[in-house]
Amino acid sequence: MTPALPHAPGRAWGWSAALLMLVVASFWSLDLQWAQFFSLDAARSMGRFIGEFFPPDLSPEFLRKVALGMGETLAMSALGTLLAAIGGLALALPASRLHGAERAWARRPTRALLNVLRAVPELVWAGLLLIAAGLGPFAGTLALAVHTTGVLGRLFAEAVENAPSGPGAALRTQGVGKGRVFVYATLPQVLPQLLSYTLYRWENNIRAAAVLGVVGAGGLGQLLAFHMGLFHMGKTATVLGAMLGLVALVDALSHLSRRWLMR
Amino acid sequence: MPLKAVAAVAAPTRDPAWLGRVAWLSLGAVLLWPLAVATEFRPWVLVDPDSLKVTRRFLADFLPPAVAPDFLALVAREAWRTVAIATAGMTLAWLLAVPLTLLSVRALSISALSGRMATGPASVRQAVRWALVVLRSVPELVWALVFVRVVGLGPTAGVLAIGLTYGGMLGKVYAEILESGEQHASQTLLRNGSGRLQAFFYGLLPQNGAELTSYTVYRWECAIRSSVVLGFVGAGGLGQQMDSAMKMFNGGEVATLLAVFVALVALADLASASLRRALG
Repeated sequence: MTPALPHAPGRAWGWSAALLMLVVASFWSLDLQWAQFFSLDAARSMGRFIGEFFPPDLSPEFLRKVALGMGETLAMSALGTLLAAIGGLALALPASRLHGAERAWARRPTRALLNVLRAVPELVWAGLLLIAAGLGPFAGTLALAVHTTGVLGRLFAEAVENAPSGPGAALRTQGVGKGRVFVYATLPQVLPQLLSYTLYRWENNIRAAAVLGVVGAGGLGQLLAFHMGLFHMGKTATVLGAMLGLVALVDALSHLSRRWLMR
Repeated sequence: MPLKAVAAVAAPTRDPAWLGRVAWLSLGAVLLWPLAVATEFRPWVLVDPDSLKVTRRFLADFLPPAVAPDFLALVAREAWRTVAIATAGMTLAWLLAVPLTLLSVRALSISALSGRMATGPASVRQAVRWALVVLRSVPELVWALVFVRVVGLGPTAGVLAIGLTYGGMLGKVYAEILESGEQHASQTLLRNGSGRLQAFFYGLLPQNGAELTSYTVYRWECAIRSSVVLGFVGAGGLGQQMDSAMKMFNGGEVATLLAVFVALVALADLASASLRRALG
């Protein structure tokens, strides 16, 4: 005979009931067109849609355009991440308490700013920055940089605060100024960690940069939105293939290098 | 004597490694140049008088934010739709992920109890894993673009896009969590002739349940953020309103929408943190 399951505490039941209500309310309030989606009509239009993808446009000049788009995506992600690393470091200093006695009056406001930068997704930043920077990869680069500054600033601040305080204290008691204490005592200790956070975000940003262009911010996404909008389905298929290939390549490289480093 | 020795090694007044640092920095700048060209990196565009005028007018429009009652009612409705799209998408993702996880988890293999897993089950598990990788590696925005074409503008495309991408993510991570735990209990059950589902419910789930739930709640939080993004390609919710407000340069509406969105994300963050704390 199977034993009864361990008695679940009342609070868990409360949470489960609330969750269930949320799910039911969500499905009930959205007018989801399941009937239309699972109809024969939708299946036929889906089939036609996929059928139009073939044959993908593999003409040399278009392939060159896609390769350029891919390079643009990579450049956007690299430059955006680099700018974000610089910005994140600049904001991490006021956002962290470097030693126990410091007042750190800027800590809370800077952290609030970082939270706002981080809460707004790259794509929304891109939409906003298009107004100032115009269509093209520059707006995308800035959008990646702004969002990632929020993410990295927060992570950098945590790393700086958790660094061992001995070397910094030794310099401070000798009367060395704040900036030099950071550069010569704190930074060398946290640099490997900052670098690994930055590389991790770069990986994320390549993925983000690939789709960022659908609002007009350059890279493969812009090609995708352009050709999809004009119903060039063969070209759309090529761009989609390049996008998925890029994402898969980044995933595979990150997986392999992680395994290699963990060995 | 000791005095002289101290004088000889007096601290250098400048950084002894400055030459190397400057050399590396300038090499970096040279490597950076092509990147700046490729991304059309022209910061001075931002302070160009023409674009500055537009930007200033747009930003000046932010204050005061739009607070007309009917606009606020619209924002409230769209904010709920954003949450609802994320929740419905996550439900779909969960329904997709659970069976795929059960199919792909190696800890529930009976043939693996006696050494190597048999070829048939091993290849089925690998195939399911590949399917999960494919689902996960297509960005949800791309799924949404495709579904908007098939089912038309509206929340259906967003729900399906979140369901497929997040289904892949959940399936992969669920399998990793289940396999990283202690497998003694489930193996003992399997050895004594229990079924796979029994081994899952009584061996794997009790020890990993909290972690699985916590990851699911975290993903729900991410889904709210991504459902806003999906609105930009026409999947409804706050994102769609934000997109049209931006296109009309309506700063006041953009300000309200951004504030509501940041508050929504913070609220989801709070709810998910307290829920995870309740799980212990």
